[in-house]
Amino acid sequence: MLTNRREALALSAGALFAAMNPARAQTKKTLRLAPHAALRVLDPVVTNAYITRNHAFMVYDTLFAVDSHYRPQPQMVKEWSVGDDKLSWTFVLREGLAFHDGQPVTAEDCIASIARWAKKDVVGLRLAAVTTGMRAVDAKTFRIELKEPFGPMLEGFARPSSIPLFIMPKRIADLPADKVLEEVVGSGPFRFVQSEFRPGVSWVYERNDKYVPRAEPPDGLAGGKVVKVDRVEVVWFPSKQTAINALAKGEIDLLENMNADQRSLLADNKGVTIRRRPGPNASTIRFNWAQPPFDNVKVRQAVQAVVTQQDYMDASIGDPESYQVCPAFFGCGTPLETAVGFPDTGKPNLAKAKALLQEAGYKGEKIVIITPGDIASFAPLAPLTQQLLRQIGIPSEIQTMEWSAFLARRAKADPVAEGGWNLAHAVFDRIDLISPLGNLNFDARGKGAYTGFVEDPETEALKGRYQRETDPAKQKAIVEAMQKRAYELVFYIPLGTYFDYEAFRSNVSGYVPSPVMVAWGVDKA
Amino acid sequence: MSATERATSSARRTHFVEALLANRVALFSGILLLAIVLSAVLATVITGDDAFLIRPRQRLRPPGAEFWFGTDALGRDVFALVLHGGRISLLVGLLAALAGATVGTAIGLLTGYFRWLDPIVMRVMDGVMAIPGILFAVALVSLVGPSLVTIVAAITFAEIPRVTRLVRSVVLSVREESYVRAAEGLGIPPLLVLVRHILPSCIAPLIVQTTYMFAAAILSEAVLGFLGVGFPPDLPSWGNVLAEGRAVFQRAPWTIIAPGLFLAVTVMAVNLLGDGLRDRLDPRLSRAAKVSS
Amino acid sequence: MLRLVALRIAMAVPVMLVVATIVFLLLRLSPGDPALIIAGETAGPEALARIRADMGLDRPLFVQYLAWLAEIARGHLGTSVLSKIPVLSLIFDRLEPTLVLALSAILITVLVAVPLGAVAAWRHNSWVDRAVMMLSVLGFSVPAFVIGYILILLFSVKADIFPVQGYVSPFDDPVAALRHLALPSITLALVFMALISRVTRSSLLEVLGEDFVRTARAKGNVERRVLWRHALPNAAVPIITVIGLGIALLISGVVVTESVFNLPGVGRLTIDAILARDYPVVQGLMLFFALIYIGVNLLIDIAYVIVDPRIRY
Repeated sequence: MLTNRREALALSAGALFAAMNPARAQTKKTLRLAPHAALRVLDPVVTNAYITRNHAFMVYDTLFAVDSHYRPQPQMVKEWSVGDDKLSWTFVLREGLAFHDGQPVTAEDCIASIARWAKKDVVGLRLAAVTTGMRAVDAKTFRIELKEPFGPMLEGFARPSSIPLFIMPKRIADLPADKVLEEVVGSGPFRFVQSEFRPGVSWVYERNDKYVPRAEPPDGLAGGKVVKVDRVEVVWFPSKQTAINALAKGEIDLLENMNADQRSLLADNKGVTIRRRPGPNASTIRFNWAQPPFDNVKVRQAVQAVVTQQDYMDASIGDPESYQVCPAFFGCGTPLETAVGFPDTGKPNLAKAKALLQEAGYKGEKIVIITPGDIASFAPLAPLTQQLLRQIGIPSEIQTMEWSAFLARRAKADPVAEGGWNLAHAVFDRIDLISPLGNLNFDARGKGAYTGFVEDPETEALKGRYQRETDPAKQKAIVEAMQKRAYELVFYIPLGTYFDYEAFRSNVSGYVPSPVMVAWGVDKA
Repeated sequence: MSATERATSSARRTHFVEALLANRVALFSGILLLAIVLSAVLATVITGDDAFLIRPRQRLRPPGAEFWFGTDALGRDVFALVLHGGRISLLVGLLAALAGATVGTAIGLLTGYFRWLDPIVMRVMDGVMAIPGILFAVALVSLVGPSLVTIVAAITFAEIPRVTRLVRSVVLSVREESYVRAAEGLGIPPLLVLVRHILPSCIAPLIVQTTYMFAAAILSEAVLGFLGVGFPPDLPSWGNVLAEGRAVFQRAPWTIIAPGLFLAVTVMAVNLLGDGLRDRLDPRLSRAAKVSS
Repeated sequence: MLRLVALRIAMAVPVMLVVATIVFLLLRLSPGDPALIIAGETAGPEALARIRADMGLDRPLFVQYLAWLAEIARGHLGTSVLSKIPVLSLIFDRLEPTLVLALSAILITVLVAVPLGAVAAWRHNSWVDRAVMMLSVLGFSVPAFVIGYILILLFSVKADIFPVQGYVSPFDDPVAALRHLALPSITLALVFMALISRVTRSSLLEVLGEDFVRTARAKGNVERRVLWRHALPNAAVPIITVIGLGIALLISGVVVTESVFNLPGVGRLTIDAILARDYPVVQGLMLFFALIYIGVNLLIDIAYVIVDPRIRY
């Protein structure tokens, strides 16, 4: 009797234990990642935050995607065709595409997703402006009718950044573009485990067993997305050093990014592989064109004369292996790279700067530099700019504020006395710069444009021509003209491009080099 | 000698020895503090005009002959940063301590004397104490923007209730004294009574409390800097020097150790000075400080 | 006793109101726009207005205040603006690591600091006394994050005894939990220990000079009995007071410690929410902390009555 009771007790205790710890019942292959930022907002259309975009790439699929050379490749699309008059585009979807709720992906879903995206994304907006209609030909085919040719159609659909086109179910995509989505239903290779989402702390994905990957090997964000692990846990570390230490000791498997300084901490560690990240960052100086003194092109040119990318890169990055002096506004190592118009000789020209300031009639008014105090990539820029300005006789004051306050302030064109600014910096992931239409630095519509309020109707005209142009050689010529003008008028000053590094444990393989951290293809021994 | 006599005389001896030792420690702390303050005040003289020069090709150099404390992530001389940083940090500490003392004393005097104020004011003080000081400071500075005024105000806020309670308890015990009663009886206006007759009794514990507040304020500024809501980068303070060092700590530990050491030594010196003052200025009065702090 | 409890609870309500008002004013009367952080830099004014309406930011200030008070009265602390999760759930989800950390810190403090302070008082003016005093001043003076990083460097990276970061629940794996807790709780406890050891020492010193102690000694009691049976209970009142006030110190310390050791607790949640301008979360958290503080002090008042029979209300 007693034995039976004891056994019963043991059995029930065991059952209780197993019930409380279901994960222990089967061992799941879990990958632990440390991202570059904390995920809070789940809707990739409402916000252009990189972390939300990265999350979206895991759970949603895209019609096209860029490969490692930034060329658009088909992803969800099986085949497509363009009408002879270049005014209609027809797309056919692949077989087997389905959402996480079991529903198949249809042409209607694509149309609704494109419509939502086109309300927010700069390239999408341009597409919407020339679209006369989008309709579903059948369940897997849809057609877009235009009133004039749109050269960057595939480029737009394959956009890897701000904002990419993610395909969502029609019922979700039909919600207004300002309504923040909370339901995450995509057709991507991972499912989002909503119940384990702790905003700002950690979030979890599980493999979508029903996903049908393409046959090709993965290449950048294109190719076949084959998931080799069962579970991906993403853990946010507010302190990068802690994340690095965790990787060093095997407490996490993969670190999305670290800079050149931090790389040296892992250099001796045999259990860790370090790689340069494929997509560099580019930092820039932006002027407020709407307010004096930088409304005067000569004053801007004066600053341009003393800025050398070398100095900025040495001061902020340090390691020459990790940075590159890059003259191209649209990225070095991309199809549109060009050195046309680049004024930086590697040596600051103080005399020229002072002469220009005199010509401009600059009287020594103090300017205001604004900078976000809580973002590491911005930290070295403002002090260095201040020092340079001092050398040519422009006194300045640095005002630090928190990121969202910085964004708000930077978006205002008002005079400083009314809450404005004169000079600010911006740091971009290069994939935001590669598209002449999407590159925000070339938004030249004046007061209503992207911060900096660059005003140049000729550049806007050039962009319009680019949009209608389908011949790559002619497109390149237009881009060169844009760049030359941008340097002459000093739209902004590029401060160099630099690479971050990614690192992962030696027992991790198949991590796809791409500007967006994605976990398909990754295996763990 | 009986056990009691032995105990008493040994207690008396140790009390005297303690007083002497405390004084020596306090004296030493005072001198150390003076040295640090002087180094901060004379920072420009010691380090020259180009103290904050960014040297792009001298990043993260370890301490050596040219740079005594090494260089930071922008190639700036850490020694110069620490010395100049001391100015801001010490200034913030001093201002916050004085502001806290002033506001707290004013409120404490009024609330101890005018009893009808007491329930309201003390509830408000309780409310202020219930909010964690650092959180309030971080919230305030990150919302309004970092400036000397904001940071001092943010740090002062959390210190006020302690001073208020201290002063209030002194007022409560003193207001029944005969000389106060006499003054009231003579028709002297209440504010004058407060300032002339009651305030002097508060001075001793106030000095002690202000010293401790000075130390706490310096530390608070450092924590604010560490959490990323301190002074802007062109205004080095120990807080934001530490914050910048945080990003490269393992690669270049001197960027944290140098300012951290200065900070710790300063705060220690101030605290020890406070202890010495407290022991000097009648331990009985300091009990009020201890119980209400 | 019941009267005491009821009275204290009644007094807590206006205090909470004061806290609520301070928190509300603090966050509303400041520059910066949470709508912008959600929408991103390229959002147009109509999109921002829409998001503001969604979040209720376009109503007049006083209306927002009353609406919020009403919500709190119903026990609903609001919803996170960024992640749409109720603040209360966010807090409860992250509460465990913070509580465990705080409790371990308190435990370490009481087990280490009180005896240290007692020994320092007992062996007044010996090297032990001076060492304890010096150490406690040091504990006050070095910022917690410096200590934390040094501990990590020495014991995690170099010596590999403890993990670098992270939190394991003691309910899942007690041994791993202890390993992960060791460094953070020591870091958090140091300031607290400094405070408690000093107060224990000075409080005991006073008591040891009192008449009844001399009487106890005269009666021939062994020193140790004098200390534990007669002196310490009388010294307990200020010690307990300070423990109560130290809760505020702990809460502040928790924020920094969780940041250094990457613990998914409530302290980190607060800093993240402040920096992300997630108003409802910040407000809810500050109220929550205030409630904890008031609750702990209430418990302390009750503890007084038990420990010191002279105290009557």
